[in-house]
Amino acid sequence: MSTLQSTLAQARSENRAALIGYLPAGFPDTASSIRVVEAMVEGGCDVIEVGLPYSDPMMDGPTIQRAADRALAAGTTTEEVFRVVEATAATGAAAVVMSYWNPIERYGVERFAERLAKAGGAGVITPDLIPEEADAWRAASERSGLDRIFLVAPSSTDERLALTTGACSGFVYAASLMGVTGTRTQVADTAETLVRRTREVTRASGLPVCVGLGISTGAQAAEVAAYADGVIVGAGFCQRVLDAPDLETGLIAVRSFAEELAAGVRSRG
Amino acid sequence: MSHADPVPDARGHYGRYGGRFAPEALIAALDEVAAEWDKARQDPDYRAELDELLRSYTGRPSPLTDARNFSEHCGGARILLKREDLNHTGSHKINNVLGQALLTKRMGKTRVIAETGAGQHGVATATACALLGLDCVVYMGEEDTRRQALNVARMRMLGAEVVPVTIGSRTLKDAINEAFRDWVANVETTHYLFGTVAGPHPFPKLVRDLHFVVGEEARAQVLELTGKLPDAVAACVGGGSNAIAIFAAFIPDEGVALHGFEAGGEGAHTSRTAASITAGAPGVFHGARTYVLQDEFGQTLPSHSISAGLDYPAVGPEHAHLADTGRASYEPVTDAEAMEAFRLLCRTEGIIPAIESAHALAGARKLGERLGPEAVILVNLSGRGDKDVDTAAAYFGLVEGDA
Repeated sequence: MSTLQSTLAQARSENRAALIGYLPAGFPDTASSIRVVEAMVEGGCDVIEVGLPYSDPMMDGPTIQRAADRALAAGTTTEEVFRVVEATAATGAAAVVMSYWNPIERYGVERFAERLAKAGGAGVITPDLIPEEADAWRAASERSGLDRIFLVAPSSTDERLALTTGACSGFVYAASLMGVTGTRTQVADTAETLVRRTREVTRASGLPVCVGLGISTGAQAAEVAAYADGVIVGAGFCQRVLDAPDLETGLIAVRSFAEELAAGVRSRG
Repeated sequence: MSHADPVPDARGHYGRYGGRFAPEALIAALDEVAAEWDKARQDPDYRAELDELLRSYTGRPSPLTDARNFSEHCGGARILLKREDLNHTGSHKINNVLGQALLTKRMGKTRVIAETGAGQHGVATATACALLGLDCVVYMGEEDTRRQALNVARMRMLGAEVVPVTIGSRTLKDAINEAFRDWVANVETTHYLFGTVAGPHPFPKLVRDLHFVVGEEARAQVLELTGKLPDAVAACVGGGSNAIAIFAAFIPDEGVALHGFEAGGEGAHTSRTAASITAGAPGVFHGARTYVLQDEFGQTLPSHSISAGLDYPAVGPEHAHLADTGRASYEPVTDAEAMEAFRLLCRTEGIIPAIESAHALAGARKLGERLGPEAVILVNLSGRGDKDVDTAAAYFGLVEGDA
């Protein structure tokens, strides 16, 4: 069982949702991003999605674009991503990488998988890779014992929900709405329907369903925790770092935000 | 359209290239476009409506011009120009746009989004939306809105909303990113009217099919004029739509050499280039596997070309496949070579070409020198240069204060 799977199983046994926080590696620079991750874990994140900053983040809204741009401008490369993964794993939280596909293909799919496993990473979330194009990734992740997290969306047909969840391990990432990353004033009403439809095809496997996109308050986290196995928050963390006048202030804001969300995922109906 | 052959497999792969590297949220919409296109292309009513628009609105067939004066500067080879510059809106782009705009209506969608670099695809899209009563939003890199201010005004005149994109490198690639972000949020009402033979399946095939008419006409016109097929076909390549447009009908004719001319910028092996096949490496970009200008970690490199329409760090996947199989060859043309060919066509033939198309003309000059005076070279003159007069005037120092 991967550290990701055991972490999600632990949350389930505590009758709560897991809290999954996202931060691009190298934002605002490598050393600082490690401190932000530590603050996220101290505040209550069970799983950290370490983002691999990419020049063309087609699925991201302005907040995460800005964070990724800062990371790239600071000289972050794939090697620094592995350093942040190592530091994340050292906190005891499960570490997964979130990456667009080209940087992984360019690094070498096999080589990336081996290096990530060695760094203590548990898996990879691939927002622009669908199972039909993932033969090389399936083979490499299988060999390195990494989890494969694909996405499902409100527009996914039942047939595709079955196909995609069948290719996943660790969890399936349910995109709560049709849109890009970023904060929203309320949880989309498409989220609960998607989770219900997804559970219909994962009943046998028991694959956890975690919900992301647009969740940025403790109340929203509690609302989603009522029906999901995990709550994924990204832009809210990035925003607090972007807004802070200095790193120390940012760390305080990040920790207290994680605490708010951690209380949320524990207050399921 | 009727002869477009089924090169890609069912999932849009051209050999190892193409496919679909897109967010799951868009897969249903991509499937819908593919299915609707399969139906439409076999529907006599759809085809009749499109053919009528191409004839009475676009002005097809576009003529073939025997460029006798220009030929003297091409090693004496006979240069035949396929005059896509004479289409309504001034380029080949209208062929694809009218087909997809009709498809949008068939799908019951009311809003169209598009990306544009030089503004040619944006203007064509705004035009079709005005004609067919569709809402139109065009994404354009802020850098390009400055380089192509005239086309921004044209689009707005036609009723389109033009959104300057102020993130990333602020050029065509960023406009495409932003259009995809819009599409995923508005896919129920909106069709993404993609402008080139790149992107996730089915766009490379859909756009190719809608441009097939260019090469089909040209092939018959060259046969009628010369009694034989041309020795070579030349086109400029950015994303590659005008090149596929004129290549496709000739792909089965193995005796006809196909030459794509990429935007070399200040030199294909400098950092100021857009020659993705020459200087790039296979990767995944904007939804497809293809050649991409990228660094050792897979980050996209900024491209450069004097031509906004060729200033793109990747290329359509079918070109990647044609390059690898050797059916077509690709080589770079620098900004300076393109501008020299631009000046030459103006002076010798009285035709102001788009700077994009001037890359094909510069390539034809090289081919002519190689092939000699017996050769017949068909060139896709894909667009007219009115939009480029400012750039050319500054380049050649034709305006007071610019010298």
